Amino acid sequence: MTSPLARYRPLPRRTRRLLANGLMWAGTTLCAAAALVPLGFLLYYVAAQGLPAINLAFFTHLPAPVGEPGGGMANAIVGTLILIGLASLLGLPVGILGGIYLAEFGGNRLGGAIRFSADVLSGVPSIVIGIFVYALVVVPMHRFSALAGGVALGIMMIPTVMRTSEELIRLVPTSLREAALALGATHPRTVFKVVLLAARAGVITGVLLAIARIAGETAPLLFTAFGSGLWSTQLDQPIASLPVQVFTYAISPYQDWQAQAWAGALVLVTIVLILSAAARYATRGRMRTVI
Amino acid sequence: MSAPAPASASPPDGRRASLQRRSAFGANLADRAFRWGTLAFGASVIALIGFLAAQLVRASHPALKQFGWSFITSAAWDPVHGAFGVLFAIYGTVVTSLLALAFAVPVGLGAALFLAELSPRWLRQPVSFLIELLAAVPSIVYGLWGIFVLVPAIRPVEAWLQARFGFIPLFQGAPYGIGMLAAALVLSVMVLPYITAMSREVLQAVPAAQREAAYALGATRWETIRGPVLRSARSGIVGAVILALGRAVGETMAVTMVIGNRAEIPTSLFSPAYTLASLIANEFAEATGELHISALVGAALVLLVLTIAINAIARLLIWRVTGGVRVAA
Repeated sequence: MTSPLARYRPLPRRTRRLLANGLMWAGTTLCAAAALVPLGFLLYYVAAQGLPAINLAFFTHLPAPVGEPGGGMANAIVGTLILIGLASLLGLPVGILGGIYLAEFGGNRLGGAIRFSADVLSGVPSIVIGIFVYALVVVPMHRFSALAGGVALGIMMIPTVMRTSEELIRLVPTSLREAALALGATHPRTVFKVVLLAARAGVITGVLLAIARIAGETAPLLFTAFGSGLWSTQLDQPIASLPVQVFTYAISPYQDWQAQAWAGALVLVTIVLILSAAARYATRGRMRTVI
Repeated sequence: MSAPAPASASPPDGRRASLQRRSAFGANLADRAFRWGTLAFGASVIALIGFLAAQLVRASHPALKQFGWSFITSAAWDPVHGAFGVLFAIYGTVVTSLLALAFAVPVGLGAALFLAELSPRWLRQPVSFLIELLAAVPSIVYGLWGIFVLVPAIRPVEAWLQARFGFIPLFQGAPYGIGMLAAALVLSVMVLPYITAMSREVLQAVPAAQREAAYALGATRWETIRGPVLRSARSGIVGAVILALGRAVGETMAVTMVIGNRAEIPTSLFSPAYTLASLIANEFAEATGELHISALVGAALVLLVLTIAINAIARLLIWRVTGGVRVAA
């Protein structure tokens, strides 16, 4: 009379260890594969739904009124470009010069505080930045404006540009600085004429990543740049943008508009993916992950 | 007997320190102007965060003064009668974010382990790149995909869950598709790349000697990972997960489009709800009356405090492992 338990013989230790090893290998491989599935789905649907709705009119025409077929998002595309330009005017100088400070003088406690604040700022939700700029710019001006949208997006660019600039300026060999200083250059001259030149690919990467990050932002524009169905290039007036236009069309009940939303999404995704791929290619292997 | 101590532990940093001294104490005006000028731009980030908080406090003052603590402990949101409490939105934010992490952490961590430890070298770069592309896709595109693809797809799943497990309150209510479950699923895809990328960083920062020691003792790959590698990387991985939580909490557009936007505390995962961010996005443009606006700014303030706390904790944990401040100060 032997109970089943008594008959149980554990697998040999070695087999068990190898089995656990193999199972974990298979498990993590599956996880990596599973992580790629959503990207495939997303890109497939955006391409499948967006491509049929894309035509020349999409890039050259204004939005059509409800019920009228055709129309495009020309004003939103131009609006997005204007907003990116305004944001860059604010975000790039602050980000790059701040990055220079961190790389050149940032070894002290103040540098640590700035680095920490930049990381925290990059984690502040975009909608909160939108509300902040609403209180800061829209309320005093008494209206939504392209300017306010540019400020909101510019604030969002700062942390990305600052941290990537710092990281890549830091990679410039000290011997280059010493050579410039030995020739009698002042420190600012050394940085602007030698160090920045050597680090330019890296700085451009930071700029591209930051633009990729803000190009698709919708939430900070809802209460700042607002949106518009008309041509508008005036900075003190509400302005259309691609993401807000996609949002408006996506939640509308009209099929024409929904198709246009997919087309807009396709254009956005294409822009953003090209920018991020270019940024990563420019500094392949030299930079730690920046998201 | 006194051996000469090395002048500097790491020559590049030592040399950089001497550069700094030169510009700090050098009589050269340009050098000093350069230092203080760039400092002004760098420090603007600190000022910006303070200013941001101050503006939100100022603009939300009317609502906070009138409701006091009940602003965050009450779930009565009634713009018509002027009652404002955001507990329902805090609840929706916490539930959707934690649920998203529950979906994303196992997959994201598994993928990070694969990329950092097990993957063939040639596969590492392309797969990391593709996963990180998920982080670059704009939120609005996730929302569009959520409305038109995900929501119809989970409707039958919800109906099935309800038929089998309908006695559990979590699975009751009308299975429309739109609701907290849809929001959590979209969020889980959105935070996945953060978990994978940051965990991979942290895992790769574990010194190779740790692994070699384990292999030398005869450990298998998995035993090496489970023992020394995960133990050294633990706090960094926790940091990565908390950072992902911060992203999920602040995510706006995609959630607004699929969560259904209803101001109540639901027991069912299938019910429409609100998050703090979606509440602001949905109502701010149409808010009339000073109190309503200031209550929405108050919601933004709650969201800010929440995300700053989450991010600060996450960064500190990650820095402890990867050494974010890499200059010997």
